[in-house]
Amino acid sequence: MKEFKYIIKDKEGIHARPAGLLVKAAAVFPCTVTICKGEKEVDAKRIFGVMGLGAKCGEEITIKADGEKEEEAIKELSKFLEENL
Amino acid sequence: MVLKGKSVFGGIAIGRLAVYKKKDTQVKRIKIADKKAEIERFVSARETAKEQLARLYEKALKEVGEVNAMIFEVHQMMLDDMDYNESISNMIQTQEVNAEFAVASASDNFSKMFAAMEDEYMKERAADVKDISNRVISILQGTVDGTAIGEEPVILLADDLAPSETVQLDKSKVLSFVTQYGSTNSHTAILARTMNIPALIGIDLNNADEMNGKWGIVDGYHGTLYVDPDIETLSKYEKMKEEEEHKKRLLLELKGKENVTLDGRKIHLYANIGSVADVANVLANDADGIGLFRSEFLYLESQNYPTEEAQFAAYKTVAENMAGKKVIIRTLDIGADKQVDYFDMEKEENPAMGYRAIRICLDRKEIFKTQLRAIYRASYYGTISIMFPMIISVKEVKQIKEMIAEVKAELDEEGLPYKDVETGIMIETPAAVLISDLLAKEVDFFSIGTNDLTQYTLAIDRQNPKLDDIYDAHHEAILRMLKIVVDNGHKEGCWVGICGELGADTTLTETFLKMGFDELSVSPSMVLKVRDKIRNLNLSERDV
Repeated sequence: MKEFKYIIKDKEGIHARPAGLLVKAAAVFPCTVTICKGEKEVDAKRIFGVMGLGAKCGEEITIKADGEKEEEAIKELSKFLEENL
Repeated sequence: MVLKGKSVFGGIAIGRLAVYKKKDTQVKRIKIADKKAEIERFVSARETAKEQLARLYEKALKEVGEVNAMIFEVHQMMLDDMDYNESISNMIQTQEVNAEFAVASASDNFSKMFAAMEDEYMKERAADVKDISNRVISILQGTVDGTAIGEEPVILLADDLAPSETVQLDKSKVLSFVTQYGSTNSHTAILARTMNIPALIGIDLNNADEMNGKWGIVDGYHGTLYVDPDIETLSKYEKMKEEEEHKKRLLLELKGKENVTLDGRKIHLYANIGSVADVANVLANDADGIGLFRSEFLYLESQNYPTEEAQFAAYKTVAENMAGKKVIIRTLDIGADKQVDYFDMEKEENPAMGYRAIRICLDRKEIFKTQLRAIYRASYYGTISIMFPMIISVKEVKQIKEMIAEVKAELDEEGLPYKDVETGIMIETPAAVLISDLLAKEVDFFSIGTNDLTQYTLAIDRQNPKLDDIYDAHHEAILRMLKIVVDNGHKEGCWVGICGELGADTTLTETFLKMGFDELSVSPSMVLKVRDKIRNLNLSERDV
């Protein structure tokens, strides 16, 4: 399993649009991808879960990837977050 | 074709006619035999919904750009969400229910999840969940999508519109309301006046489906609807409309001017609003403040009791946007013609005289307290006053004051800031008029709700269109009552205003000023018209 932490910089947090993009970006990888914020952990491929995190600007999230192509997933998603959130 | 009805607000509208179809959200729970087939039904409806959304996305992409179109893509992804889908298929599997019911239940659960979130933005996403679910349900039921309003603004034809329906309309797409039922004082009529658009009632719409999509003209001065008008009529009305807009521009010149008569008598001119969005209209029309903020729209818009936070956010936004100008919030006034499902109220024989407004609030104190707390908390962010509807006794006012004291003590204890809040009552029952000398000792101001006061004094149901002809808003009994209230209020140092429809009646403006009224609160669109009237009056001139 691979993981990395990221602090949200977008002032609106993970709102509907970036949540949608994030789910799309995660869905292409065969491994499981989850996002944690504090105690909460959700499936990054499920939009209701990602939106339900309610991650706001300045909050830290942890992305975990486990399984096939986990390294590529981490690399891609980290790039995605930097560019979009 | 020319149809005659009754106008509730003047003006000319020219545009396409569109029939408002009530959305049938009634979903029945049915036990099904073939679970597999039912799941397939759901899957196929979901795929159709996604195709519709994909088309909407393409359309929006061309018209409003990628950022704005993205919401339709998000909606498609929501329909693909595994939690959502599993919850629906599980329900069909384990409870043997029909797909419509399973979708409606999932919609409820997921929208509640969003509604419970702290973030205001996320709370509003509950509407997205309902939106996608209703789309699937409509497809399952084979009904056409509710509103029939597209991108182009239309003249909306409907049997009648409930307040909960009108609040959900995209008002920038409505040129005029035309209804078959309703009365001059119904909510659709009041909404039209707020929006400053012409509206007709009593138009025979039995063949509405044939009119759908055709061109129409609404003549709000003569109560006429033209369907598929000839070129001559059309050009005549286009000219009239132009002149009307010219007049409106002239009125705009009155912006920023004082509400003062030629001989120097000043009066406050405030506006009535029914939602946070109306504040823009208040500012555009240059009102001195908000004389009536109908808080019940918060309750009508939501599916459950609005939380303290949601109410606080709405009141705070209005107070902040008004930047120190007075905002008078009227506490919950439901019952009678404004019903809310989740209040679970029993059907009454005579709801106008029934369990409504302050009567509900003093009985179900938890609802009232939530609202009082939200209002007091918001008071910190502007100049908020509070007023209470349907008062008939001093005892009620004393009970309210006790609750306010409790709320303040709680806020003190929690360290939440609030400011002094002026308190007043609506005078809308003959009882309140007759004891206004006693009530004045308890409060800071009176605001007369002439619509209800007239209905109760003349014993005329304002929802009954048959009685419109004898509903005399200028009845001597009403005018005498207004005078009694002003005099009794002033004796005890209360200021007195009018927030009913009568306040905007410019044939009475002079009478109101002479009676000594301190404030008039009218629809935002009427502010400048009343100001114009005031500025041309000279009260010291002898009556001829």
